[in-house]
Amino acid sequence: MDFTYDDEQIALREAARGLVGKAYSDYEQRRRTVGDDPGFDEALWGQLAEMGLLGLPFPEDDGGAGAGPIETAIVCQELGRVLAPEPYLSAVVLAGGLVAAVGTAEQRKALLEPLAAGESLLAFAHDEPGRRWSASAHDVTADAEGRLTGVKDGVLHGARADVLIVSAALPDGGTGLFVVDGDALAGLERTGYRLPDGGRAARVVFDATAATPLGEAGADVTEAICEALDLTQVMAANEALGMMQTQLRATTEYLKSRKQFGVTLNTFQALTFRAADMYTSLELTQSLVDWATMVAAEGDAAALHEAAARVGLQVSRAGRHIGQEAIQLHGGIGMTAEYSVGMYTAHLTVLDHLLGDAGHHLRTLDATLDEHDLLDPLARAAGD
Amino acid sequence: MRLALSDEDQAFREEMRTFFTTEVDEDTRRAVIEGRELTKEQIVESMRTLNRAGLAVPHWPEEWGGRGWSELKRHIWHEEMQAAGVPIPLAFNASMIGPVIAQFGSQEQKERFLPKTANLDIWWSQGFSEPDAGSDLAGLRTSAVRDGDDWVVNGQKTWTTLGQYGDWIFTLVRTDPEVKKQAGISMLLIDMTTPGVEVRPIELIDGGHEVNEVWFTDVRVPGENLVGEVNSGWTQAKFLLGNERVGVAPVGATKRILARAKKLGAETLAEDPLLRARVAELENELLALELTALRVAAHSAGGEPHPASSVLKLKGTELQQAVSELVVDLGGPATLASGEGDDTLDWYRRSTPIYLNLRKASIYGGSNEVQRQIISRNILGL
Repeated sequence: MDFTYDDEQIALREAARGLVGKAYSDYEQRRRTVGDDPGFDEALWGQLAEMGLLGLPFPEDDGGAGAGPIETAIVCQELGRVLAPEPYLSAVVLAGGLVAAVGTAEQRKALLEPLAAGESLLAFAHDEPGRRWSASAHDVTADAEGRLTGVKDGVLHGARADVLIVSAALPDGGTGLFVVDGDALAGLERTGYRLPDGGRAARVVFDATAATPLGEAGADVTEAICEALDLTQVMAANEALGMMQTQLRATTEYLKSRKQFGVTLNTFQALTFRAADMYTSLELTQSLVDWATMVAAEGDAAALHEAAARVGLQVSRAGRHIGQEAIQLHGGIGMTAEYSVGMYTAHLTVLDHLLGDAGHHLRTLDATLDEHDLLDPLARAAGD
Repeated sequence: MRLALSDEDQAFREEMRTFFTTEVDEDTRRAVIEGRELTKEQIVESMRTLNRAGLAVPHWPEEWGGRGWSELKRHIWHEEMQAAGVPIPLAFNASMIGPVIAQFGSQEQKERFLPKTANLDIWWSQGFSEPDAGSDLAGLRTSAVRDGDDWVVNGQKTWTTLGQYGDWIFTLVRTDPEVKKQAGISMLLIDMTTPGVEVRPIELIDGGHEVNEVWFTDVRVPGENLVGEVNSGWTQAKFLLGNERVGVAPVGATKRILARAKKLGAETLAEDPLLRARVAELENELLALELTALRVAAHSAGGEPHPASSVLKLKGTELQQAVSELVVDLGGPATLASGEGDDTLDWYRRSTPIYLNLRKASIYGGSNEVQRQIISRNILGL
């Protein structure tokens, strides 16, 4: 049981912090970046590639660095700290993770090398209008020739993406994954829009769109999608952790400096006690985030599924608590777009609904409630 | 970062589990698990069993029975004890006055008191709080006045838990009323059979007699019973209260009670999704708390507690209370029934008094508002 980073991991954190922390040290820079399309800084994306961060989780044979979830989590925390809008979670962790898990050797090389080099952006087109979170595709269907028809929505960076990884219901049942060239001229219509946190998403309409199966044609890959979504949930939790740390720091600094009634706000116990409760939420969340990241690193899919639900539930609760209190304790300034703290809350809210909110995770945990007497984080996994 | 325990810690955990579940009296453990009140004899015998095996005071200096364990091992010891329903070694002895005497006492005091304290041959009571000195402990007024070599003590202490069993009481007394309030306090050890000591019961909202008032009327205390220097009592009090917060989050016991609630309430839970959701939520919160306790334990080396240790008391007691509240709701109308003839019904009948009793948890050990004050001031710098 060890919650600390080793020297290499600390060096990675410092390097990532040096790059993205510096790029967005001034919140105004983030505002400018999300003000224009594509909603992130392409030059910074290239620098992340040069530093090796875009290929971090992928095997070396596929052009990656062969690092594990703990290293990926470190990068996500640093991006979260400064609210970096770069599509690391959606393109590298989720879409890239699916290619790494499901793609053939040639596909992995063809898709992941350019992703890691910052030359090609991937997006995972999965959510469908009117449906809630699921690992399966329902309304976008693939025909026997592998052509896709139907509508995907909420596709993060789906308008800018060079390549779409698309989930679709297979003719013989199950869910398959398909590769669609973002520049496909026939049967593909992408409409980009802005999310409440300044991020970008797209509605994508497929109409007998030509697509290439990712991995073995006709294979049901629902489990692989589920695992990729679970890992992404854990990484989103790491990003949220970095964000909440910044929000608490900003709030305590504000309480110490802002004066009303001739005194600084930290004179008022009604406010400092609420900050103390934010700290308590944050520490409990950090424990669960670190734990879930370590579970992910162990590589057991069933354990990861549970850990993702647990950390998702905790982050949903804590994110609302800390995000709401950060605005309230700042007062009016927390409502303004030119000040960072409210926009962190906006992004926490988007993340909360990306992969499943507290109610969704509670339902997952409810389903297995009778399988254990009590939870034992120190129990050894079989085979240890 | 690594999830698993080391082989050594894993073996230690199994050793503790085996000992607690096989060597400690089963009737006593069953009483703990079923939430029944323990007799004095059960508490004494259980601590003596632990002491014989070197498991009563592992955190004391090794010279006096300590084991020199890592913080993680102490955490495992503490959790396994709770999981098995073993009564935690009497806090007044093991966590409070023992470490204070070992740290501040004279050699004579150590030899006289520490072995008997570890073995519960002496049952200690705590004489800190007073009617007008609760969270503001330094405002205490019980006085001790020099008379030759002796001290003469007058005043009143309150909330003395299990004082009806006490042989000795460690007290904070005012020895200098003229200086800043913290600077005029001393710690005196008082034999409760001394003339002028009177213990009066206080009945609580759970109907039980757990706490007492202790009155002192011209009680003569030999000078040798002063711990440390005159007027240094506040230092010892802070040391004691600092220790009190560590391990005050009863994670293992709360988990055990929630597991029992799931088992005994299985039929109700199967039909009530809202109660099930509360169970699932509480399990998750307890997991976050336990992991935080592990983080604190694994990284508190060098004596400095991890900053997150302050959240353990706050959240630990909140969850302890929340689980007791869930049990009452799980029982529903059964909490009003006679409880005759059935373990589950009997448990539900006791659940309301337990729920009421546990309101104390967010008040004692530094109230949760004091904990928020510590967090906002010492950690957040507010």
